[in-house]
Amino acid sequence: MARKLNLRIWRGDSTDGGLKDVQVDVNEGEVVLDVIHRVQATQMGDLAVRWNCKAGKCGSCSMEINGKPRLACMTQVASFDENETITVTPLRAFPIIKDLVTDVSFNYKKAMEIPAYEHPKDLAPGAARMEQIDVERSQEFRKCIECFLCQDVCHVVRDHEENKKSFAGPRFFIRIAELDMHPLDTLKNRKRKAQEEHGLGMCNITKCCTEVCPEHIRITDNAIIPMKERVVDIKYDPARMFSAILKREKRD
Amino acid sequence: MTLERHKYDVLVIGAGGAGLRAAVEAREAGLSVAIICKSLFGKAHTVMAEGGAAASMGNVNDNDNWMVHFRDTMRGGKFLNHYRMAELHAKEAPDRIWELETWGALFDRTKEGKISQRNFGGHEYPRLAHVGDRTGLELIRTMQQKIVQLQQADGREFGDMESKIKVFAECTITEILKENGKISGAYGYWRETGSEILFEAPAIVIATGGVGKTFKITSNSWEGTGDGHALALKAGANLVDMEFLQFHPTGMVWPPSVRGILVTESVRGEGGILTNNQGERFMFKYIPDVFKKQYADNEAEADRWYEDQDNNRRPPELLPRDEVARAINTEVKAGRGTEHGGVFLDVSKRIPAEVIKKRLPSMWHQFYELAGVDITKEAMEVGPTCHYVMGGVEVDPDSAAAIGVPGLFAAGEVAGGMHGSNRLGGNSLTDLLVFGRRAGAGAAAYVKSSGANPVSDAAIKSAADRLEAPFSRTGGENSYSLHAELQEVTHNLVGIIRTRSEIEEAIAKIADIRARSKNVAVAGGRKFNPGFHLAFDLDNMLLVAESTAKSALLREESRGGHTREDFPGMNSTWRQVNHISSFDGNQVNVKAQPLPIIPKELFDLFDVHELEKYMTPAEIAKGGSN
Repeated sequence: MARKLNLRIWRGDSTDGGLKDVQVDVNEGEVVLDVIHRVQATQMGDLAVRWNCKAGKCGSCSMEINGKPRLACMTQVASFDENETITVTPLRAFPIIKDLVTDVSFNYKKAMEIPAYEHPKDLAPGAARMEQIDVERSQEFRKCIECFLCQDVCHVVRDHEENKKSFAGPRFFIRIAELDMHPLDTLKNRKRKAQEEHGLGMCNITKCCTEVCPEHIRITDNAIIPMKERVVDIKYDPARMFSAILKREKRD
Repeated sequence: MTLERHKYDVLVIGAGGAGLRAAVEAREAGLSVAIICKSLFGKAHTVMAEGGAAASMGNVNDNDNWMVHFRDTMRGGKFLNHYRMAELHAKEAPDRIWELETWGALFDRTKEGKISQRNFGGHEYPRLAHVGDRTGLELIRTMQQKIVQLQQADGREFGDMESKIKVFAECTITEILKENGKISGAYGYWRETGSEILFEAPAIVIATGGVGKTFKITSNSWEGTGDGHALALKAGANLVDMEFLQFHPTGMVWPPSVRGILVTESVRGEGGILTNNQGERFMFKYIPDVFKKQYADNEAEADRWYEDQDNNRRPPELLPRDEVARAINTEVKAGRGTEHGGVFLDVSKRIPAEVIKKRLPSMWHQFYELAGVDITKEAMEVGPTCHYVMGGVEVDPDSAAAIGVPGLFAAGEVAGGMHGSNRLGGNSLTDLLVFGRRAGAGAAAYVKSSGANPVSDAAIKSAADRLEAPFSRTGGENSYSLHAELQEVTHNLVGIIRTRSEIEEAIAKIADIRARSKNVAVAGGRKFNPGFHLAFDLDNMLLVAESTAKSALLREESRGGHTREDFPGMNSTWRQVNHISSFDGNQVNVKAQPLPIIPKELFDLFDVHELEKYMTPAEIAKGGSN
């Protein structure tokens, strides 16, 4: 049975905008994206919203629902109280384009800054042998659907535009971790670069990213913390520190 | 305002698997490449492919080889496939999968550490390379990251990462431009701003995927609006066999908001069984004669097959998709369906909960989070959903060049011929790798021999005028309601089961909607306006629907993804015919064209008694083309 839902939608663009109240029919089993589509088809033909698969697999319909970063296609209307007004707003960490659509190009720029996978030069196609248990660590991170909710929620950039330049964000820490743990990748020093070039050190492991991840990737525990620990191991290893001093003396 | 213009050697329209593979190939051939995607980069429908990529690597059963794969593909397509495409696909698929591994892909492994392969409908041996049930995502990410790798190399060489290969995300092409009968470029708009953009390129690879949004219940996202099919038609190319649509047998049916979303075939491959509301495992009733040798006719044997595949026939749940979809349709129509109009698919009784969560993780999530169903404990409700179009641009198999339009290439779902009347699961992911690569190579070779072909001002003006038109109308038709109307027509009148009178009605109604669509008015401005976007997508879907309906009317038999209630049998004389759609500027015309004759060496790969089920006695006597 259809009932009426009070929906509050942010409408506007980079210059101006605000919340608009609408009433819309909602049926049993529907998700927030369904009612947004109904508003679009019946009341606001030009309402901008991104979406693709509607099955939580593509990570397009990221937005903030009652202030929380979520996928609209995976958020059941029934998970809210019947009389509750549902408020949908664009991702806060990125510049607004229009209505619920933001400019997420920051993420694609960061993706281009992460050094690519390097296959062993002497390993012919088809010759690779890997144990399932060894590929699983990286596979967890390759589940990422690039919804960028972790990037949006991360307080290092959420309200600090100035940090974006030197901070790749959780999505790309798991990309680095994935390559670092890849059984075949031959590029060295990924962890150190994560620390020195991509801002790993700015993360203070509040785990907000892990909490919002729709793929339930353990971003903090399985990627960020292990990398931080190993960076520390390398940087503050007494033997390495001593040998570094010796090397410096020799050069002098 | 000055028009934004770009020049490239090759323009790739579509950033799914086929488009990205084509782009990699063209760039590695030394050319500059633009990749156009309607969505953000990496969101293409390829990410939805769950089961795997079929390639006869023989990692799990070493009896497998390209000849077995070729036979399975031809059988699945009911021998309407272009033999050469099926042959190239079967031969090259393993190399394309291994190549992905050298780009960083991480497939699931066998005990020996090789790429693991799983069973799937219509494939004789375990053949699908996979990553849990998110194989499509792995393909897209791997190629997306490969493109970044190429960009980083260009950055080191030319000082600009985007100098030779650039992605134009959230950009839609509305017209392919030609000069002197050859491709010269394409015209479109940025979805974000609505502002217009011109690409000058002597070669275009169309890799736009499918047409599912033409139908009411579909597994396709909003992007599957047949853009490439329509662009190619309007540019003078042909579409082949547009009557063949694959209805995937298992889409979700409840709740309504997820109706149509796919339930991967791996659920059946891993041991899922189909039952009706009487608790009957009904698929045993629906094994066609041509498949009796390969499929078990009793539960005991079907169950044994999961343990011992060499000495037992396969369970009938793993019949090709068209057979299973029709069986479910029949059960539901006979009143033996579930409360919400589907049938039950159950893995919980056969497989331990932990194993289900491990092997089918996204399915578990999908049902748990979207439908509140725990598939480790209870059955799923499933029913047919429009999933894939076998028909598409008529191409030369080796180069993927569109017949009749120099400079135009097509690969992936938008290309026709490879899958005949019905595609086997797992064959599309390797199709897009094999023919994506060939299209990229074909386009590169063409550009190197033909050179540039500048766009004329007249062509630009006419494309720009067409884009502006919906804004200058007031009070016209609403594109959302016309789209909904079209979906009702296709669903009800040219859906899974078809009949003459209904198809004729569909053709008339589609023509009517098309006439009214000329009056579509758009509310609001150009900036990220979905109403405006749909107005153009609708135009594409209407051409696709017309092409499907007209081809369906002509084909008076039932085969694969085309079932005629008034002509229920498969007819060998119809197997000798492809249907070719072309566009005269006003309407779609469909004509019959003889199927290419299979060469003797491929003919001889089959048992002649099997071929007798598909071919006429005259063809059998001839024994192939030689």
